[in-house]
Amino acid sequence: MSSRLLVFLIPVIVIAIFWVMAKMERGVAHDPTHKGFFERNGTVLGVTFIVLVAFWTLFLVTLPYLYMVVESFHPKLPPMQRGGPDDVLTLEQYKSFFVTPTDGTWNTNHMSAFVFSLIASVLVTAFNFAFSYPLAYYMAQAGTAQKVRLIMLGLIVPYWVNEILRAFSLRLLLASKGLINQALMGIGITSEPIDFLSIDVGLYVGLSYAYLLVMVFPLYNAIESLDKNQIEAARDLGAPWWKIHRDVVIPYAKPGIASGCTMVFMLAAGSLAAPQFLGGPSTLWFTSIVYDFFFQAFNWPRGAAYAFILLAACIAFVMMMLRLFRVSLGETIK
Amino acid sequence: MNSQSVMKGMIGFYIAIFFLYLFGPLAVMSVTAFNTPNYPTAYPFEGFTLDWFVKLWNHRAMMEGLWNSIIIGLGVVAVSVPVGLAAAIIMSQIYHRARGLFYLVTVSPVLTPGVIIGISTVIFWKDMMGMTDFTKATFYKGIILAILGQSSFVAAYSLLIIMARLQRFDRAQEEAALDLGASHPQVFWHILLPFLKPALISAAVIAFLSSFENYNTTTFAILADKTLVTVLAGEVRQGTTPTLSALAVIIIGLSLAGAIIYEVMKRREEANAERAKERAKLAERSDLGEAGAAGLK
Repeated sequence: MSSRLLVFLIPVIVIAIFWVMAKMERGVAHDPTHKGFFERNGTVLGVTFIVLVAFWTLFLVTLPYLYMVVESFHPKLPPMQRGGPDDVLTLEQYKSFFVTPTDGTWNTNHMSAFVFSLIASVLVTAFNFAFSYPLAYYMAQAGTAQKVRLIMLGLIVPYWVNEILRAFSLRLLLASKGLINQALMGIGITSEPIDFLSIDVGLYVGLSYAYLLVMVFPLYNAIESLDKNQIEAARDLGAPWWKIHRDVVIPYAKPGIASGCTMVFMLAAGSLAAPQFLGGPSTLWFTSIVYDFFFQAFNWPRGAAYAFILLAACIAFVMMMLRLFRVSLGETIK
Repeated sequence: MNSQSVMKGMIGFYIAIFFLYLFGPLAVMSVTAFNTPNYPTAYPFEGFTLDWFVKLWNHRAMMEGLWNSIIIGLGVVAVSVPVGLAAAIIMSQIYHRARGLFYLVTVSPVLTPGVIIGISTVIFWKDMMGMTDFTKATFYKGIILAILGQSSFVAAYSLLIIMARLQRFDRAQEEAALDLGASHPQVFWHILLPFLKPALISAAVIAFLSSFENYNTTTFAILADKTLVTVLAGEVRQGTTPTLSALAVIIIGLSLAGAIIYEVMKRREEANAERAKERAKLAERSDLGEAGAAGLK
């Protein structure tokens, strides 16, 4: 149990460090106009704020995450033996990602599912960016206020229909007896129905469809604040349209682009509905593997380890891309 | 001139494709809800029927799930809006060196995959609530875990929405009220909250909708209970029936109605603002007229 108790100590230590730093700083530079937190908000409200925020940041965010990480370093045990002598720290769950525990061969199944999930997410992100950018630009710079509001409503309304039903609607379209195959066969392009789902077309379309809105809005927000005069100036100086975008609009909108791409990538890599309902029968998606560890194998520690591998890889990848395009993380989550 | 109209045509075509992509699948699904075959098909249209809506109404699991979804949604609103408000206020006052870490911790749930939030919620609270038999029996329930798990990221949405408005708050108002003898709670209830009201309302709406739609976190946190979305997922996994299309038609209908009401209200508001401006202009002109007349005297 001791390693799990450690989880509760970490936030306490971090808060204590900042508290001491604040105290020391106040001792060095005393500002007479400065008001303390409770002085500014009143005691009752001040305490309420702190309790609410502490509950959220500690019990809903930090502690569960840390607890999950610690769990992933434990063996799978029946409930009675948890906390007993067999409940030791171990790397076996992480090792099982690389080497199959039963026969000692390379675990190519899971590793390739992992790589496939990341690559597919990158492709979907790139497609959504290319597809959404013209619309975001049109909304931000070219459209009238009323048109923009209509487009905005048109974008939001489909997203009130939940993810499952949207995946279902795509499945109806792409199924072998679906409308697209009927149309293709009707025109005579193919004589046999194309199985879009098993060649992963359904998966890609589903992921892109699910997170299109997440790309449009950050792009729109970023381009919207660009001064129209800059584009006019570039045009007057004779820049062709693609140069205006490459040298004026895109550099300006970079934080918004980074934010949209980060969100779509993270959501796609962690998505469950599209791969479950639109993926082909032989397609292994990484989050689906995690799902199965919880609901079929009942191996929570291994599921937790896989979840942590996914999270760490996604964060590392996003950071790397942000560094490559020279955007700071702070700008991205604004 | 000619090239400009070509450009315009291309933009129109592109926007049409974009919205065909968004609405096409939903439109096809809607047609299947009114078609008679057992397997949802849009073409050929064999006969008009409302049977699938009756089947939906009699679908016990879905109705039970809907009820749970509403309870969870209200619970998430009740947790995440106050938490988001408190966090926004603390964010504006926190020790400057801690602000970066605070921001990172509060916004991280937005970027964390929902699957991971669901898993960590279940693992953590199973041990926390399992410490005594009483807490396990009272609190270790799907509905409560779903509220906790969803609130962890929905509160971050609330924080971002409320913070955006709080940044435009003029501290001088607060100072003025304090100078006039108001207490701190009075300033909070009578000045800050009314100022933040629009942000609080949109935070509540967003919170309810994102809770209602959530699948990734909920499917883990809900344990043996069900929500509308997890029931739907089960149905889709088993096969496809037009009953699901019927549900989608209802949701699309409600969304469209909401959007139309919003648009009408917005237009009326604009017309009112326009009229008020006209009136102000007229009043100004008559003021000037009087002043001119007065000048002549």
